[in-house]
Amino acid sequence: MKEILKIKVNGQSHELLVKPKTLLLEVLRDHLGLTGTKRACDSGACGACTVILDGMAVKSCSILALQADGSEVMTIEGLATGNELHPLQKAFLDHGAVQCGFCTPGMLMSSKAMLDENPKANKQQIKEGIDGHICRCTGYNSLVRAITDVVKGEYKEVK
Amino acid sequence: MSKYSVIGTRVNMVGGTDKVTGNAKYTTDINLPGMLYGKILRSPHPHAKILRIDTRKAEKMVGVKAVVTGKDTIGKKQGIWRRFPELCDEEILCRTKVRFIGDPVASVAAIDEDTAEEALELIKVDYEVLPAVFDPMEAITEEAPQIHEGVELNINVNRHIEWGNVDDAFKKCDHIREDQFVCSSQAHMCMETHCAIASFDYNGKLTVWTSTQSSYYIQVLLMGMLGMREGDIRVINPYTGGGFGSKFELDSAQFCASLLSKKVCKPVKIVLNRMEEFTATKRRTPMYYFLKLGAKKDGTLLAKEVRVITEGGAYTAMGATALYLTGFFSSFPYKYPNYRYDGYRAYTNTQTSSAMRGFGAPQSTFVGESQLDMMADDLGIDPIEIRRKNGMTPDYVVPGQAFIQSCGLHQCLDKIEAHIKGRGKLPPNRGIGIAAYGFMSGGIFNWFDTPYAFSAAIVKINIDGKVDVFTGANEIGQGSDTTLSLICAEELGVNFDDIRIHSADTGICPADLGAWGSRQTLMSGNAVKMAAADAKRQLMEFAAAKLGVNIVYDLDIKDGWIHLIDRPERGVSYFDIVKAAIRGKDGETIIGRGHYTPHRKGMISPAYSFGIQAAEVEVDPETGKYKLLRATTAHDSGQVINPVGIEGQLEGAIMMAGGYGYCEDQPHENGRILNPAIGDYQLIRSLDMPETNILEIDTYEPEGPFGAKEAGEGLTNPTAGAIGNAIYKAVGVRINTLPITPEKVFKALKEKEKKEKKKKKKKK
Repeated sequence: MKEILKIKVNGQSHELLVKPKTLLLEVLRDHLGLTGTKRACDSGACGACTVILDGMAVKSCSILALQADGSEVMTIEGLATGNELHPLQKAFLDHGAVQCGFCTPGMLMSSKAMLDENPKANKQQIKEGIDGHICRCTGYNSLVRAITDVVKGEYKEVK
Repeated sequence: MSKYSVIGTRVNMVGGTDKVTGNAKYTTDINLPGMLYGKILRSPHPHAKILRIDTRKAEKMVGVKAVVTGKDTIGKKQGIWRRFPELCDEEILCRTKVRFIGDPVASVAAIDEDTAEEALELIKVDYEVLPAVFDPMEAITEEAPQIHEGVELNINVNRHIEWGNVDDAFKKCDHIREDQFVCSSQAHMCMETHCAIASFDYNGKLTVWTSTQSSYYIQVLLMGMLGMREGDIRVINPYTGGGFGSKFELDSAQFCASLLSKKVCKPVKIVLNRMEEFTATKRRTPMYYFLKLGAKKDGTLLAKEVRVITEGGAYTAMGATALYLTGFFSSFPYKYPNYRYDGYRAYTNTQTSSAMRGFGAPQSTFVGESQLDMMADDLGIDPIEIRRKNGMTPDYVVPGQAFIQSCGLHQCLDKIEAHIKGRGKLPPNRGIGIAAYGFMSGGIFNWFDTPYAFSAAIVKINIDGKVDVFTGANEIGQGSDTTLSLICAEELGVNFDDIRIHSADTGICPADLGAWGSRQTLMSGNAVKMAAADAKRQLMEFAAAKLGVNIVYDLDIKDGWIHLIDRPERGVSYFDIVKAAIRGKDGETIIGRGHYTPHRKGMISPAYSFGIQAAEVEVDPETGKYKLLRATTAHDSGQVINPVGIEGQLEGAIMMAGGYGYCEDQPHENGRILNPAIGDYQLIRSLDMPETNILEIDTYEPEGPFGAKEAGEGLTNPTAGAIGNAIYKAVGVRINTLPITPEKVFKALKEKEKKEKKKKKKKK
């Protein structure tokens, strides 16, 4: 009853046997040990489990793993380059946009997908971009400031 | 130049890089070899007798390793108010009776979550359903069913606070107002749900990894409930996804995982799902508030009388503290010469209400600040002016309750007044409302009955001058690891990066009561400062000998340079002295010890923060919809230790407190919560978030480390009241029940319109 899932995660190819009902989130956390992606609401309502699937930010708790067959996924573990943090990661730290940190991986993945699509996002677009995420600690404004500074080029990406 | 090198500087949060890279391991991310997964069966009835529990089928199921019910416990009831056995009323695994929908009755450990879940369905529980009561006003009547044996009228606790002569004072008042308010519930809504991994080994030792605000409390409470010795239990607090008051009591995940693990000597992990988190953990206390306030014509407040009935839910929990604090903070931050409070906490067949950020003060501040504005309006006095006239000042004594030392309330008032003036004339349907508040920096009363100091710390200096700090304080996302590291670095005169902190592991850290009541900056901070000073003193002995200084000279360390305070150029490298000191002490590591317990027993807290918030709203009079545009807060938290942390606390508090004012609620019907999912539980998201501004006030608190005091919870207090007052300023309607939903504003506007029409007709 298990089926084969071929998936590329953070640049590495995997071939796994999964049950049809297994969620993408479960494959990442339980099969691949990538626990940076968080489970928080079970209903696609909080954004904590967001990953980038073929360039698009998706909630991995709302996608069956087999739906992602043949796809390429980027999780929080794939955001830094070597030992160098991604500009968004640096900006989040400097602006205190991280407190308990449980929403942070999902928030970062959404922000990355948003800036990949629209590198000049303005304040309103940034607010809209993270509106699907709940952060119970920061009150969002520090997140908006952090992302805005990345848009402004205050943080340079390591190539 | 600042007199401090480290505190007050902007630093990245300790553990921050782990969090932004996904490397931070939370309890829910930890997996141990051979680990089992646990699930909890909960009562579907609000009030019922348990006649029989049949677990045989579940036990036989393939993959199931253990099943526990109340029969597997030692039959004790627990509660966090340990000093009062009558308030220890919760079995966690119920043996004879369930008291709310969600009360645990059995728990299963299996090879995976699916199997555990399926096994729950095989457990057969026979209940005899009992009549239930949900509203506290009904619960305290003769007709109501009794929820706990021997507790008459379901009154769990009552509280009385009084000073002056209230009845006489009311006779001298020019104007008296009597008002009623209803404060709703609120879910903590931590992003990480309650969870625990318990591992009991064949040597009889238990290790628990858990998402908690107090490792020490969990250790001690587990000891009582499992009949073990304290030293055989080690509680470790990994990265924790928020607490907000929900995670310092023993919870069902911790207890059931421990009990199951004890049965099979294998690690057991239990993670509550979001539905359980909403329905079966604890929540903010709903309150019925009755207020009487008397003043002179000039706005001088003479007397206040407060009566409160709270919806306690099924058990005591920290509800007893919330009941006391709401009564105390109802007098805040004003100098009432005469004051009386009577509070009653009623048991009901609903989810237990307990501690939540602000701890009774968001309720008292909403009702108090609403009524104060109404009083000011009646008397024709400006809201700022009435607060200035009656506001607390430094060194004020609340009779029998509190010694205030630092108090920046009046500076806060000046700053907010200037801010409001700066906003100029507002367009129609816009208003700015204010609310003043204060909060404690940790509690003094020892209801937990700990023999330990309330906070303690160990500072270890290594051969290379790097420093390890051991503290029982819990880092739950609020930044205490960062704040305590800053304090240690400042005291020792080293860099922030030289510090490595180890917190909230009862196996290696000294006991600390944990992260609640805004206590850690002041209490754990004082302990860390003292430990650092102790370690520093040991270095100074060697430095003094090396420098050959006269005994009259004082030494200090700054930026790694040990020097004469009066002649800073004369000194010696900190790193050289560390090496010399360790050699000189027979190779013994330099260890400093510190502890702190507040004095002035019987008083509420060692120090108080103060502030005022101005909320600006715009109301659409057609629909009642309103937008919170701007929240500006002048806040006195003493010397700022960690500015990035304070900004985060302040803005985050507005999200939570604004939500309490605007939309967050947990309505229930026959004891069943109607919105137990994130999609249905309304809260403030990024698009609803107002602009936030912070106006810092510079004060020095003599009791706090480097003059610091509370900065985490007080900020949760003002927003609901400020929103209510702003709506009144904008469109002239007053909402006395939380949350202030657009629907309520719409209805009030229609009501107002009707009244005005009637008036006009009469005039004609």
